[in-house]
Amino acid sequence: MTVEERKGSMGREGAPKDQFPVGMRVLAVDDDPTCLKLLEILLRRCQYQVTTTNQAIMALKMLRENKDKFDLVISDVHMPDMDGFKLLELVGLEMDLPVIMLSANGETKTVMKGITHGACDYLLKPVRIEELRNIWQHVVRRRKFDHRDHNNYDNAGDSEKPQCANSEGGQGHIPSESSDYGGKLNRKRKEQNEDEEDDGQENMHENGDSSTQKKPRVVWSVELHRKFVAAVNQLGIDKAVPKRILDLMNVENLTRENVASHLQKYRLYLKRLSAVASQQANMVAAFGGRDHSYLPMGPLDGYGNFHTLAASGQLPALSSFQANGVLSGTNPAGYGLREFAASRIVQPGHSHGNTSNPINDLGKLQRINLPGSQHGNLLQGMPTTLEVDQLQQHKTMQDANIHLSGGFSGTGLTTGSSSNSFVNVTNNSFVSQAHQQHMQSKVLGNHSSVGMPSVTSDPFSVSVGGASHVPNLGRCNDTWQGDVPLIGHASNSFHHDDLANMGANVPVGLHIDSNPLNISSSNVVAAPLHNPVTGGDVQCQASSFGGNMMLMPSALDGDSKFLNFGNAGISKQKLKEPNRDHIREPNLVFNSYLNSPLSGNPIIGPIAESQRLNNGHFNKKWDISQTNFVTPVPTQKCKIDNSTTNIQLTHKEESILETSKSQGGFYSSGCSFDDLVNSMIKPERDDIAFMDNDIGCDFYPLGACI
Amino acid sequence: MAATALKEQLNGLVNSMFAEGLLDEQFQQLQMLQDGSNPGFVAEVVTLFCEDSERILTELTKLMDQALVDYSKVDAYVHQLKGSSSSVGAQNVKLACIQFRQFCEENNKEGCVRALNVVKHEYYRLRSKFETMLQLESRIQAYENKQQN
Repeated sequence: MTVEERKGSMGREGAPKDQFPVGMRVLAVDDDPTCLKLLEILLRRCQYQVTTTNQAIMALKMLRENKDKFDLVISDVHMPDMDGFKLLELVGLEMDLPVIMLSANGETKTVMKGITHGACDYLLKPVRIEELRNIWQHVVRRRKFDHRDHNNYDNAGDSEKPQCANSEGGQGHIPSESSDYGGKLNRKRKEQNEDEEDDGQENMHENGDSSTQKKPRVVWSVELHRKFVAAVNQLGIDKAVPKRILDLMNVENLTRENVASHLQKYRLYLKRLSAVASQQANMVAAFGGRDHSYLPMGPLDGYGNFHTLAASGQLPALSSFQANGVLSGTNPAGYGLREFAASRIVQPGHSHGNTSNPINDLGKLQRINLPGSQHGNLLQGMPTTLEVDQLQQHKTMQDANIHLSGGFSGTGLTTGSSSNSFVNVTNNSFVSQAHQQHMQSKVLGNHSSVGMPSVTSDPFSVSVGGASHVPNLGRCNDTWQGDVPLIGHASNSFHHDDLANMGANVPVGLHIDSNPLNISSSNVVAAPLHNPVTGGDVQCQASSFGGNMMLMPSALDGDSKFLNFGNAGISKQKLKEPNRDHIREPNLVFNSYLNSPLSGNPIIGPIAESQRLNNGHFNKKWDISQTNFVTPVPTQKCKIDNSTTNIQLTHKEESILETSKSQGGFYSSGCSFDDLVNSMIKPERDDIAFMDNDIGCDFYPLGACI
Repeated sequence: MAATALKEQLNGLVNSMFAEGLLDEQFQQLQMLQDGSNPGFVAEVVTLFCEDSERILTELTKLMDQALVDYSKVDAYVHQLKGSSSSVGAQNVKLACIQFRQFCEENNKEGCVRALNVVKHEYYRLRSKFETMLQLESRIQAYENKQQN
């Protein structure tokens, strides 16, 4: 048994590993049936194992089900249910698989976008077989890269995967996978290197070449992420270096490398959050109150959200809202979101300074509580909002979420909403742990432990807030995402109706006045979820804000405006069509939501509360990106802040807002998506630079394919 | 043999399509992919292309009929059609799509309407030849099956 058997179970159906690239498992995604068919045949001709789907959501689902099932993903750029870039981000974040973009559009700027979003390669249609024959290089390169990184550091070679991994429950699973060149193990580019030796022993013989084996990935469970965030906070985001973080965390089998790459992501996430947070902070502030179930805290990419939320003290409410809100409604959506969220959401790290806060905020935001809505569901879908947070925390979140959901569901997160449990919980778990604990805890209040969903630390968790049903989070195990989905689901459940009812309560800050938070807060990945539940397509637009994709479940189909929720990252195209065809865009949820209360804040609508919360933060950010459709109402957002003064967040939000503003003026309503992205990317770059050299090229979002 | 005659006919047809610019070398790639393991590959792809294209053309017609044309939607469809036609090797259709996109970018309604007509024209022309081609292929196939039996 052993390796072969394991491999077999992994999905390799008999393709011997050592014959790589023969038998390499590819997932092809394209909405055009002609192209998809052609691609399939071409790939088969190259002797790869091909799985096809014409829906990005389905692709994500497949990928999430079993990360080890595929070695490579090829995706079209223009797809109706989800933007290819968003999918790219999500996959990169959640699964750390090489993704190749495919398009008939060969314009330089589009290609550039693909690369900056982390694509390993960008092929033009019609695709030729010669080009496909070489795609296996990306798999090997990635693996080697991870491997190399790992080798540089001395890890406590313990074959046992660090708790992170185990948290996933795949402990046993992971080790075996390591050898699999499919890189199953390497989820997030974190590898448990040392283990590779041990684990890889068996694998080695399979591959016969350790260098091609992927080291087991470190799974950043909620717990682990929490510790990470705590360590970072302790050191101070600016001073946090992997080595010291590692020491503080005191976790076995965790290498400096792992920490370094996680830190990088976290920074990016924070950056996003702060951008969004500032906006959201306002919103959040406005929402402050419990009623904020909406708090789109979700994906707040930036700290802002968190902070603001937390700061204003409203966070607790927010977080709860988020969680509840988000979760409850849209299961289906939520689900999507989660996934999405996880993947991208977070661009943590960039706002170091703010990070702590934003994160908290985020966490809180994520919690988007969707009042009443099917909380459970939300979580599932919600990931988006939370995702942002979650991404950071992703692993931790997931784990946390999982339990959180259980815990929170009841507890409290949902100040407003009932379901919140999960979403907030997850965040809470992190958050509480995270630095922001004080803040968050306050916010969370209800949550009891959770405190702010890890705004800082657990970006992910936070967002999830909404997703009270942790269940989804579980899924997000891998990445932060788990929670993120909030956005998506949130919208569903919560959307319109809830919002309408909530009216006053509505998640307040988020949507309503503030700018359609569109949760798109960069980080939030709005995954266009097809919410089975809602029946609509929760298209979560992953507003990849410069990488943070927030998927906003487009529950609201109606209001595409809000779609922007997370769409910051979403292709500009979407932005341009603010309202209309956003149907596809997930933000619908927000939209509806937003529409009602907000006057013209397009995006906030959907995803209900959670999004809103997130949006709140995000909006700030998002507005910018969304520019096109979203009428950035910076002022409005601020309103939220003010109104929600209770929450500490408000303060934070404002600060974040300012921060974000300073960041690059995204917030100006007129910012185009590009600006936003650029601004986002820029700081990230800085962060990256900041990261130690030893981090290697762990440019996660930016340089996915190295 | 009847089969041989049919094959000649088929080749003649395909060559003329190449000569007229209806097809380009991408189609040759498709032909090369068809083999024992994928006997009906070309037919399958061509059929898929036709179905999808007609759907897109219908949508485009609807969009262009509106008083206020949503150019981004139109562009998205045209882009898709361009992608699939280029994948199949439908050169004329692809070129017509490129033209169409030009007008879309300029938000030139009249230009778009004309371009759409050109695309349709090219597409239907191609389709009828594809139909003939597929018929010939299936007849040849039938013959060969008979011979084997």
